[in-house]
Amino acid sequence: MQFQLDAKIPSGPLDRKWSKHKFDLKLVNPANKRKYTVIVVGSGLAGAAAAASLGELGYNVRCFCYQDSPRRAHSVAAQGGINAAKNYRNDGDSVWRLFYDTIKGGDFRARESNVYRLAELSVNIIDQCVAQGVPFAREYGGLLANRSFGGAQVSRTFYARGQTGQQLLLGAYSALSRQIAQKTVSMHTATEMLDVLVVDGRARGIVVRDLRTGRISTHLGDAVVLCTGGYSNVFFLSTNAKGCNVTATWRAYRRGAGFANPCFTQIHPTCIPSSGEHQSKLTLMSESLRNDGRIWVPKQAGDKRHPSDIPESERDYYLERRYPSFGNLSPRDIASRAAKERCDAGFGVGPGGLGVYLDFADSIKRLGRKVIEERYGNLFEMYESITGEDPYTEPMRIYPAPHYTMGGLWVDYNLMTTIPGLFAAGEANFSDHGANRLGASALMQGLADGYFVVPYTIGDYLARSGPSGLGSDHAAVASLEREVGDRIKKLVSLNGNRTVDSIHRELGRLMWDKCGMSRNAAGLREALQKIPAIAERFWREVRVTGSGEELNQCVEKAGRLADFLEFAELMCIDALERNESCGGHFREEYQTPDGEALRNDNEYCYAAVWGLRGTEGGRLTHDLTKEPLTFENVHLAQRSYK
Amino acid sequence: MKLTLYVWRQKSAAQEGEFRRYDMQEVSPDSSFLEVLDLLNEQLILKGEEPIEFEHDCREGICGCCSMVINGRPHGPKKLHTTCQLHMRNFEDGATVYVEPWRAAAFPVVKDLVVDRSSFDRIIQSGGYISVNTGSAPEANSVPIGKEVIDTAMDAATCIGCGACVAACPNGSAALFTAAKISHLGLLAQGQPERYDRVLRMVDQMDKELFGSCTNHGECQEACPKGISIKYISMMNRDFIRATAARVMDPKGAMKAQ
Repeated sequence: MQFQLDAKIPSGPLDRKWSKHKFDLKLVNPANKRKYTVIVVGSGLAGAAAAASLGELGYNVRCFCYQDSPRRAHSVAAQGGINAAKNYRNDGDSVWRLFYDTIKGGDFRARESNVYRLAELSVNIIDQCVAQGVPFAREYGGLLANRSFGGAQVSRTFYARGQTGQQLLLGAYSALSRQIAQKTVSMHTATEMLDVLVVDGRARGIVVRDLRTGRISTHLGDAVVLCTGGYSNVFFLSTNAKGCNVTATWRAYRRGAGFANPCFTQIHPTCIPSSGEHQSKLTLMSESLRNDGRIWVPKQAGDKRHPSDIPESERDYYLERRYPSFGNLSPRDIASRAAKERCDAGFGVGPGGLGVYLDFADSIKRLGRKVIEERYGNLFEMYESITGEDPYTEPMRIYPAPHYTMGGLWVDYNLMTTIPGLFAAGEANFSDHGANRLGASALMQGLADGYFVVPYTIGDYLARSGPSGLGSDHAAVASLEREVGDRIKKLVSLNGNRTVDSIHRELGRLMWDKCGMSRNAAGLREALQKIPAIAERFWREVRVTGSGEELNQCVEKAGRLADFLEFAELMCIDALERNESCGGHFREEYQTPDGEALRNDNEYCYAAVWGLRGTEGGRLTHDLTKEPLTFENVHLAQRSYK
Repeated sequence: MKLTLYVWRQKSAAQEGEFRRYDMQEVSPDSSFLEVLDLLNEQLILKGEEPIEFEHDCREGICGCCSMVINGRPHGPKKLHTTCQLHMRNFEDGATVYVEPWRAAAFPVVKDLVVDRSSFDRIIQSGGYISVNTGSAPEANSVPIGKEVIDTAMDAATCIGCGACVAACPNGSAALFTAAKISHLGLLAQGQPERYDRVLRMVDQMDKELFGSCTNHGECQEACPKGISIKYISMMNRDFIRATAARVMDPKGAMKAQ
């Protein structure tokens, strides 16, 4: 499917676009708002914020989450902080600077207008959260504290210990809970969206499965907002929660939504390495550790000595060697790739040689154990509890892990997808982070979309389009429910000799090897050969126990994997099509002589928007539409950290 | 390492449950407790048996999904850890381990180790918020809050809503959970306008949900993976008494007509 893309970017100067646009947006009369039903899928930062705000406005909102409570969405796990251009530190921050850092951090593959709006709204988010009672860290004088984060030279990150995501989510959850009590929002927990109902080219509802009873039902609405997060679990092992999945956005894709830049994924450099086959997920260690830790591997490949037995002269501090000016504080994408390069060359440490040392010995010697304990105590404890090793006396072992996905459903300036009435917010859309996201920007985007963008733009859509008017007796409703039910029945009938997880691991390993931290055309072609074979094995060899009419996590996992298997192909196709390196997308063929990412602005300065064409020989086929990115306010530059 | 697991199996709330024995071989001491259940489930599925249902999601101790009592202790033997953060090196080779769901009248079993904790959500819905609409917030730094106050509020706000406190309490009380939210908001300047109304409504809802009363056992504090102190229960009680007094007395201390 080819699209006639209209990003609906308002005209006028960058810093006036959003205020002008807000004035141009149509309003829904307060008395009419309750006649409209808005469906919000997901209850993370974007979803809870959107549902609460729409409820406050008077819309009739239905919110859905797969967890047993909206408070558990994976936004809860974000550690570091949230950026905002408050300039409380008087260090030269501004909306413009936050905008510029985000555009540059994204390696110039995001839309200027959206990113500027994000930077503008960042200040309102902090106000809103403080008013809700979010206990951000404060100075002794009682005012808000800030910390520094990667990719910026100003101190603009607000935080609540190492649990910023949790506190922001609980703020949004409390606002949502208030609306639930006031009955403007009806909350459907343990309910998973399995398809979106599109009739006559407009999104009119969703089909869901009650995860406790297996009951399949349709919820009709006048607009649908997907706030369903990212797809890092295509790699099986990632820092995402186990339940995170691509199903909602992929089902939307299959119904005609465009999917933009699926190959833009972020691999976080400091995670605890996998300790063996039993590993079910990976745990992030905050990037702040690189302030005081030195990263190294032995100079001799396969060196099995204990790290303390390896003398200084036989250690390779490869980040300091390759990037003398940024050293251990090189950006995420650079640090991740450098670790992979050393491990691939046989210098890795720990089980399977998939790890590098992050060593605090020098800092402990210089600053004393107490200072390190104050700065990183909780992280050191977490590391000790997972690995059983004491990072005060021996270096941590770390390795990169999939963490965030910049790609997502294509949306216009109003955050509407290519399907009228279907919106996407937060990590589920592609809009703000380009090819690489800066730290502390995911929380900002989720809340900006949910609190401050969607509540305005949905009103405009509803005012222009009117009620959906589709009755539950419409033939399309029964037909889609049947389709979803048949799919569950098909999954339950699978009676092979492999588990869902074993196939998911197989897919994950392939994606990690061929479409992970670095990619090349031959590898991507190989993956595109192998994925359909894995999918075939899935449908032939997997075993699903129990029935579809009860709580059955086996069926849930199988359905999600089936969608990942289809999606993985598109990810590889996109990575193969983008013949350049930018941000998290590193194509080995396109690098500078000293191994850095080589962007190609002449040919690839666009968002790649994929649309489903159809099926050929049992395989999905896809069309590419390009949304050219125009930069009127920033100069496209090559990033260098040497 | 080897393990003998006795896991609570219960098909549904309506059916009776029982412990079932599973002998595990070759368990890696580096695996987490949930990864052992993953491994067991893989084996069960391949034998055509139904896997054990259990709640889990983030697997890093913050989402609050974990809801298992391990050898009689919510979240198992390691203090300040959730089940998903518990690693097998904390058990001896050949250990016998009993795994059962949270047990409390307000947390009915859904299936196996999964319980229904929606009562917690309803307590929050009854008043666990500050009434502020999107867009109406004043400038964030307009109200200074002392560092000690914010730190005390944060200690309470760190609650993950897992329900270990209820599972540990001999009375099945939700006092620690409810008190943590009441104290978090009640300590902040922003939470003052609704402070006394909030405590009345939340305590009332807590009572409606079949949670028992707090009789100061302190087991909740011991079991809490986030180390939330029972001092917050005292704070809640103080606010509750004040609020109750305010409800029955006028500002001069005379009894109001009820």
